[in-house]
Amino acid sequence: MKDWPLFEIFIRSKNGLNHKHVGSLHASDAPMAIQNARDVYTRRNEGVSIWVVEATYITASNPDEKEALFDPAHDKIYRHPTFYKLPDELKHM
Amino acid sequence: MEQINSLEQRFQSIIDKDEKIEARDWMPDAYRKTLIRQISQHAHSEIVGMLPEGNWITRAPSLKRKLALLAKVQDEAGHGLYLYSATETLGISRSDMLDQLHSGKAKYSSIFNYPTLSWADIGAIGWLVDGAAIMNQVPLCRCSYGPYARAMVRVCKEESFHQRQGYEILLTLCQGTAEQKEMAQDALNRWWWPSLMMFGPGDADSPHSAQSIAWKIKRFSNDELRQRFVDMTIPQANILGISVPDPLLKYNELTQHYDFGPIDWDEFWSVVNGNGPCNKERLEARVKAHEQGAWVRDAATAYASKVEMKVSISAA
Ligand SMILES: [Fe+2]
Ligand SMILES: [Fe+2]
Repeated sequence: MKDWPLFEIFIRSKNGLNHKHVGSLHASDAPMAIQNARDVYTRRNEGVSIWVVEATYITASNPDEKEALFDPAHDKIYRHPTFYKLPDELKHM
Repeated sequence: MEQINSLEQRFQSIIDKDEKIEARDWMPDAYRKTLIRQISQHAHSEIVGMLPEGNWITRAPSLKRKLALLAKVQDEAGHGLYLYSATETLGISRSDMLDQLHSGKAKYSSIFNYPTLSWADIGAIGWLVDGAAIMNQVPLCRCSYGPYARAMVRVCKEESFHQRQGYEILLTLCQGTAEQKEMAQDALNRWWWPSLMMFGPGDADSPHSAQSIAWKIKRFSNDELRQRFVDMTIPQANILGISVPDPLLKYNELTQHYDFGPIDWDEFWSVVNGNGPCNKERLEARVKAHEQGAWVRDAATAYASKVEMKVSISAA
């Protein structure tokens, strides 16, 4: 038997919030993945909307490249409001 | 017809309960159109807004200032991206939006049609223009349309340093030589009124406002937000030791608000309609950037299809 593809499942718990990754499951196609995700991940009313994405379509960053990708942000302290020294009496900023 | 009615009722009841409308939900055409216009205009403003500040990146007075300004302008590009993406969820394509901007059909915030003449202008923009934008944007985090609201949460978080970096620039100038302080005052003179205009026409002259408030796209009227901005900003100007160019400005003990002089709406409409000092230059800069970037987009597309071809050959 040909293995069913793996789907990554994203649930929106309520309108206004982002869909959030909750886990994955195998299904023969996308409609079945939605059915199964409904049964697996929303049995207690956890959601109002489901996205399923075949896992092969997700390109992930390489953990070995973590430093190259994320370290450059470390020393950019001027991207944070606390970098700018302003008088205490200044309000609403 | 009955079906439309019940759809409308359901839609309005979601809004009334302060819940969110999401991309796949049914919504009235006018709601969709209003959002497309508002969010795409907002996106265009973030993108065009990079131009006046970009003018000073190479001439910032120190490495520290250059890094901060670069980081800020980079943020604004990101804001444009979040907002274009949010607009796309409503069914308009990115290229249609860009066409509308480039052809002059779409508007952007008219403050970006003023020139940045001195380094102090960069301080004034951060303090006043980003300050006014934040005043507008914070209530938009609760906008009834989910994708817009979520984009605004991200934007507001990132905005938090923009205003402070601008204010710090002016504070430094105001503590410097008399000439530097004069530069700060001159920037305030030129940016004050256009900043007040950023909130849009007065309530009596903004016909769409009531509907936008009923749909909870807007939470406060233009005049309310403008008043709040004035009330917050005047004490900040006092700390700098410079004053806004308004002889009628006065604290009103009765209302506990600052009264201020009339806004020159003729100037506002003239700039909106294309006759500001830099309208032409801004649009030309955007069109040129887009056209000159065409080869990069083409090269990326060509590379992607080449890789795809290789994969399908090796799979065969
Ligand atoms: Fe921004
Ligand atoms: Fe900003």
